[in-house]
Amino acid sequence: MSARMKWNLAQGLAVVACLLAAWGPAGAETSATVAIVGATVHTMGSAGTLQDATVLIEDGRIRAVGRGIPVPAGARRIDGRGKVVTPGLFDSLTQLGLVEVNAVAGTRDGVDQNDRITAAFDVADAINPRSMLIPINRVEGLTRAVVAPGNGKSLIAGRGAVIHLGLGPDLLVRSPAAMFATLGEQGARLAGGSRAGAMLLLREALDDALDYAAHKAAWEKAERRPYTLSRLDLEALVPVARGELPLVVAVDRASDIEAALRLGRERHLKLILAGGDEAWMVADQIAAAQVPVLINPLSDLPASFEHLGATLENAARLHRAGVSFAFMSGDAHNARNLRQLAGNAVANGLPWDEALRAMTVNPARIWHLDDRLGTLEPGKEADVVIWDGDPLEVTSAAERVFIRGVEMPRKTRQTELRDRYKSLGGVLPPAYEKP
Amino acid sequence: MGLLLALGIAGIAAMACASAPSHPANAGSSKPPAPGTPVETPANLYPSTYKPIPSPPTLIRNATVLTAAGDRIEAGSVLFRDGRIAAVGKTVEAPAGAVVVDGTGKWVTPGIIDIHSHLGVYASPGVEGLEDGNEATDPVTADVWAEHSVWPQDPQFPLSLAGGVTAMQILPGSANLIGGRSVTVKNVPARTVQAMKFPGAPYGLKMACGENPKRVYGEKGRAPSTRMGNIAGDREAWAKAADYKRQWEGYRDKVKKGEKTDPPGRDIEMETLVGVLNGEILVQNHCYRADEMAVMIDVAKEFGYKISAFHHAVESYKIADLLAKEGICSAMWADWWGFKMEALDGIRENIALVEKAGACAIVHSDSADGIQRLNQEAAKAMAAGNRAGIPITREQAIRWLTINPAKAMGIDKQTGSLEAGKMADVVLWSGDPFSVYSHAEKVYVDGALLYDRDDPKRQPEMDFSLGMNAGGGR
Repeated sequence: MSARMKWNLAQGLAVVACLLAAWGPAGAETSATVAIVGATVHTMGSAGTLQDATVLIEDGRIRAVGRGIPVPAGARRIDGRGKVVTPGLFDSLTQLGLVEVNAVAGTRDGVDQNDRITAAFDVADAINPRSMLIPINRVEGLTRAVVAPGNGKSLIAGRGAVIHLGLGPDLLVRSPAAMFATLGEQGARLAGGSRAGAMLLLREALDDALDYAAHKAAWEKAERRPYTLSRLDLEALVPVARGELPLVVAVDRASDIEAALRLGRERHLKLILAGGDEAWMVADQIAAAQVPVLINPLSDLPASFEHLGATLENAARLHRAGVSFAFMSGDAHNARNLRQLAGNAVANGLPWDEALRAMTVNPARIWHLDDRLGTLEPGKEADVVIWDGDPLEVTSAAERVFIRGVEMPRKTRQTELRDRYKSLGGVLPPAYEKP
Repeated sequence: MGLLLALGIAGIAAMACASAPSHPANAGSSKPPAPGTPVETPANLYPSTYKPIPSPPTLIRNATVLTAAGDRIEAGSVLFRDGRIAAVGKTVEAPAGAVVVDGTGKWVTPGIIDIHSHLGVYASPGVEGLEDGNEATDPVTADVWAEHSVWPQDPQFPLSLAGGVTAMQILPGSANLIGGRSVTVKNVPARTVQAMKFPGAPYGLKMACGENPKRVYGEKGRAPSTRMGNIAGDREAWAKAADYKRQWEGYRDKVKKGEKTDPPGRDIEMETLVGVLNGEILVQNHCYRADEMAVMIDVAKEFGYKISAFHHAVESYKIADLLAKEGICSAMWADWWGFKMEALDGIRENIALVEKAGACAIVHSDSADGIQRLNQEAAKAMAAGNRAGIPITREQAIRWLTINPAKAMGIDKQTGSLEAGKMADVVLWSGDPFSVYSHAEKVYVDGALLYDRDDPKRQPEMDFSLGMNAGGGR
């Protein structure tokens, strides 16, 4: 890249930064004070669950939560009697903003098949805040999500972000939030065929990143040994190798989890495991290493030889072993079904509170956002959902969704389709029905 | 050039097909028939060897019973004996020696029937050596039968049994316009597929509209590569089948008149298609888009066959009136959408809107995950309808999982509802089956207790799972 191009890029980024600032938390400033009164409130904080309680939202944040809290004059009052209020739900692994239609390649940005693309790949450069999937998911109570890259040709996929599902265009909450890599069968395949090869490549990349960081000047003058990765990839890996940026490793087989834990220990990485179908088999080791796990609690098929121990009881067993975990859908279109996954975890032995925690306060902690998110406590960003019943029950639904204090519109592409075709047989064709 | 190439390849394909009937080597019997002896294509060549597992008379009492025949009986009882439902009602006496199951706080429904499954043909583990669901070598493979791919040791079968599934239709995949015969099985662990085959169930014929066939063959540089190519391929196949049918009718006429004549050569592919034209094999048509369903209805009318159900019918809500008029069922997901262009318009209210129009609605899975929780899928669809002002009761929604798929599979006289005389395919749920927290506690197939959540001895485990830590000590 020429010096001139670099300068242009820097200038461009500065302009983008100004635009983003104008769209940032300012969106929340326009919200009025809202009081949700008389609801069952699951604060997920030290106050626990409160009956007949009030949630006060002001300037995009939770102002107060409790029983008998006075509603300020001029506040918008929402009757919460018979309703259930929770923090907004947080999906710890999605492709939201990276895909519109999976089979339409032009709408798909989660995976790059260029074999030069690896650690420096950053989903933040591709996220589409106007994706039709975002309203469809948020009206059902999903307010935050990790957007993760998928693996193309490299076992190091690149950097993912945490987004909010509110009004854009800036959806980024934390970027980069983590580096994503895969071991197990997929990692082995990408490395050339063996798990040992995958581990070798990962170690080499981390070593090179540290060496590069320590000898940057020498490397620039070509006085250092060559590295297998490009400069930008090494730059991206430096905070991972230093244990500053989390490394999310996709692993399911118990032995792959053990290998990942060994790597994390030996390199002092900030490790997060994703997948973890057999995590229950090595739960004590995971708990001792204090490594969090992102799981899909519905994953119970022996879908390949690395999933043989998959069971619906994974979440319950991890909980009993003291492992910190959060739920992930791994999906985009139906990330909204995260709470169904949670309900099934409860049906298979996980305490109800723990299931809700795995979609609220646990991910907030795992993604280092617990100072801002995850509970309904004063000062937290006001991601609040009012449910018509038990949020983990498949027949319940979100009635109102607030993200950063702003109530989200209920209309989505799907409600428009529904309303267009709800009554067939009008004089004019449905194309004239514009809900 | 591209067009010429496509035409050339289509021509070769057509030739290959046209030459098929003249292969006498395909004939089933080796001896030539004696002159004047009428020859028929053999029937029931691959018979079911399924035998119900012996079971004691069983009475479930004091449960909420959804019969799927329209009723809901509070504190009701279900008695089955010799594998059949003997009585359903408010008070049923236990015969001597009957096992009495206390259903207090629990629910009873007919066994769940999944009309769209690939268990056994796309087994777990999903390794290449077990991928047997798509004979994607020709757009018309009416000659293949799913049952010849089914691996009875697929560990997905017991997982679906734990979800209350007592019968399913296993279909070939959707790569082809005409993908072959389906097989309907009882969800019983068995050593052979024959021992799973639902006795007396008609075969289905898998057909597919839309993106899959045109993509699979378009990428190979051959027809079909467009939707119009799909329809042309369908019509060509049916025209040939009609011709084949006429040949056999002509032969039978001559035999009847005592004329000396040779029987036409057997064509395995045509035998299946003629089975459809004769109404013996039911068409199960994968079709997402409303406009394509309407075209397929016209194709069926041109050749005089009936479509039993459209599968993956994400746009049925757009033509629910037409589907009601034509008497065609829609097999649908509760909420899948957006994974490809033809699935873009999926909405949560689809199933409820089909029901509201008076058409036949079915919840299907097409998934080894989804088949374990079809009750939850129906619950989501029911709730979405209710929220949108389309009232759906549990008495209605249970039909989406039981009698409606049974009807579309041609087994509704034998199973699909709790009515005296029917097969005792029964599920005892720990609670409301439309709750995420409820489990299938006991699953009975023909009266035999084949799954009991509380008794590991009544939880089947496939060969594959032995010694593998599989199932997580479930």
